[in-house]
This record gives sequence, structure tokens and C-alpha cells, in this order.
Amino acid sequence: MNPIAIGVFIVIALLTLGSGIMVVTVRNIIHSALWLIASFIGVAALYLLMEAEFLAVVQILVYAGAVSILVLFAIMLTRQVTGEGVRVVFERWWVALLIALGLFGVIVPTLWKHGATWEEAAKLAQVGPAPVEGAANSLQVATATEIGRSFMGEYLLPFEVVSVLLLMALIGAVVIAYEERTRRRRVLTLAEELALKKRGIVEPRDAEGAVVPREAEAAVILLDSEQA
Amino acid sequence: MVGSVPLVWVLTLAAGLFCIGLFGALSRRNIVGMLMGIELMLNSVNINLVAFWRYLQPTGTAGLIFAIFTIAVAAAEVAVGLAMVIAIYRARLTINADEIDTLKG
Repeated sequence: MNPIAIGVFIVIALLTLGSGIMVVTVRNIIHSALWLIASFIGVAALYLLMEAEFLAVVQILVYAGAVSILVLFAIMLTRQVTGEGVRVVFERWWVALLIALGLFGVIVPTLWKHGATWEEAAKLAQVGPAPVEGAANSLQVATATEIGRSFMGEYLLPFEVVSVLLLMALIGAVVIAYEERTRRRRVLTLAEELALKKRGIVEPRDAEGAVVPREAEAAVILLDSEQA
Repeated sequence: MVGSVPLVWVLTLAAGLFCIGLFGALSRRNIVGMLMGIELMLNSVNINLVAFWRYLQPTGTAGLIFAIFTIAVAAAEVAVGLAMVIAIYRARLTINADEIDTLKG
């Protein structure tokens, strides 16, 4: 029993769970994404504690680095001007809470029922294959070297399939998010705005005073068709 | 860590994180918020994989490899998902899940 390890584990668990709760409850979606980064870092720390260093680095690089930045970009590209004051959760959010708590209530007792069995198995697994004279434990936890060997040996086919999947995701994301040049929304030039005003067409604006883009596009099409 | 913290504690932490993510994915109206909930759930699954690897089969690599595959698939999922969010926003000017109801009829 090592009290430091227990303390570190509890701190990491509180950090991870606390920021997870903040992710799902905070009103501002950008704050939510920032709490998500904190949660990812907590998970990476847990990996470090479990001696999975390579996975901890991958977690920081892929999740805390790439995924969270992607999420932040998506938020900033899609945030509505009138985002404040709008309900952030469904009206019947308590059903979701009930489902989540119910699932937790099913999983945890089941885990604790089998806890003793796993503890036995874990004790057996922590003993190295042939203890050397003088050394307490010759257990060699798998490192990045072994992971690399497994990828190039036993798991070569899944490894290649994942590379194809990532390529497909890359192409798919570009195809889905691509906007044809002719359909691209355009900002009215000053002359066009004046021309619209002269004709008595006022650009529709929302409550905050921002131009409603769809309508502006329709107005531009109207102008273009008249010029032709 | 293995001698001090029982496996069950780690699994309970992962179960808690999964349920938090599930609540987020079910209750948020913003599609990006839903995706964030799903990311939390995938992370908790990874914690489970690494915990079982470290406690029950530390000399093998199966748990680690599986976790890395999960990370790769999650990265692909979030890339395509966010591209879809941007495409939906462009077409409907909203990413509010209950305003996107064309298929409802």
C-alpha cells in the first residue's frame, strides 16, 4: 500500500470527473470545450499513473491537442450571434439524468461484486515470469517498443485498415464541409447596399442588428438578375 | 499504483465518466455539445482498456493497441462529425438539434 499513489489517484479522479461534470453542465459552449481539455489531461495523467506512457503522450497530442482545437473551431464557425439566453439543454433533461444515474447504478454494484476476483487475478499478473535472484519483481510492463512490434507483427492488418479509415475520414470531412464557389454566401458591397436602399429594399436584420445572411443572399440574386 | 489502488476504483472512475458523457450526449441541444459528451464516453472506455491491460495482462500489448485504435477511430469520427456540423450550419443556420427535424415529417 502506497498512500502517495492513492492520493495522486484520488486527485486525478476528482480532476477528471469534476471537469467532466463541468463539460456537460456549463452554459457557455466554449467554456465547455475548455473543461473538456482539462478532462482529457486528467485522463492522460491517469494513463501515466498506470505506466502507459506512450498512450498518455498520444492522449495529449490527439485529444488535448487536435480534437479539442477542432471542437473549438467548429464552435467558433457555427456560433450564432444570439447564442446567449437560449436554453442549452433539452426540456426533459431530467430523463437523461435518470438514464445516466440508472446506468451508473447498474454498473458500479456489478463491478464491486467482481472486485475481489479481479484483485486475485491482478496479484498473479504482477509477478514476472522468472524472478531473478535478488530482484523483487522482474515484471516488464509493455513499452512503446513492444507496441511498435505488435503493430508491425500481430496487428498489421488492423493497423493498415485504420490508416485507410483515417484517409477516408480526411476525404469525407473535406467533401462534406466543401462549399461550391457559386453557392458561397457573399457580403454585400457598399454600392449594392446603396442600390438596395434606393429601391426601398431594406436588408432584414435580427434582434441584435446583424444582417440575416440568407435574405442578403436572396437580395444579391435579385440585384444580379436585374442587372442581366 | 497497481499495489495500492484496486482495479475496481479505476473502473468506477471510468463508469462515472461514461455516465457523465452519456448525460451530456443526451441532454445538450447543441450538436457540438453532444459530440463532446461522446468524446467523454470514448475516453472512459479507453481508461477501462488501459486499466485491464495494466492490472491483468501487463506484459502483453492487446489493451494498449486496442486503446490506440479507439483513439484513431474517435479522431476520424470527430473530424467527420464536425464537418457535418459545419455543413448543417451552412444549410440551416442553426446547430440546434431540435430545429433540425426535416426527417420528422
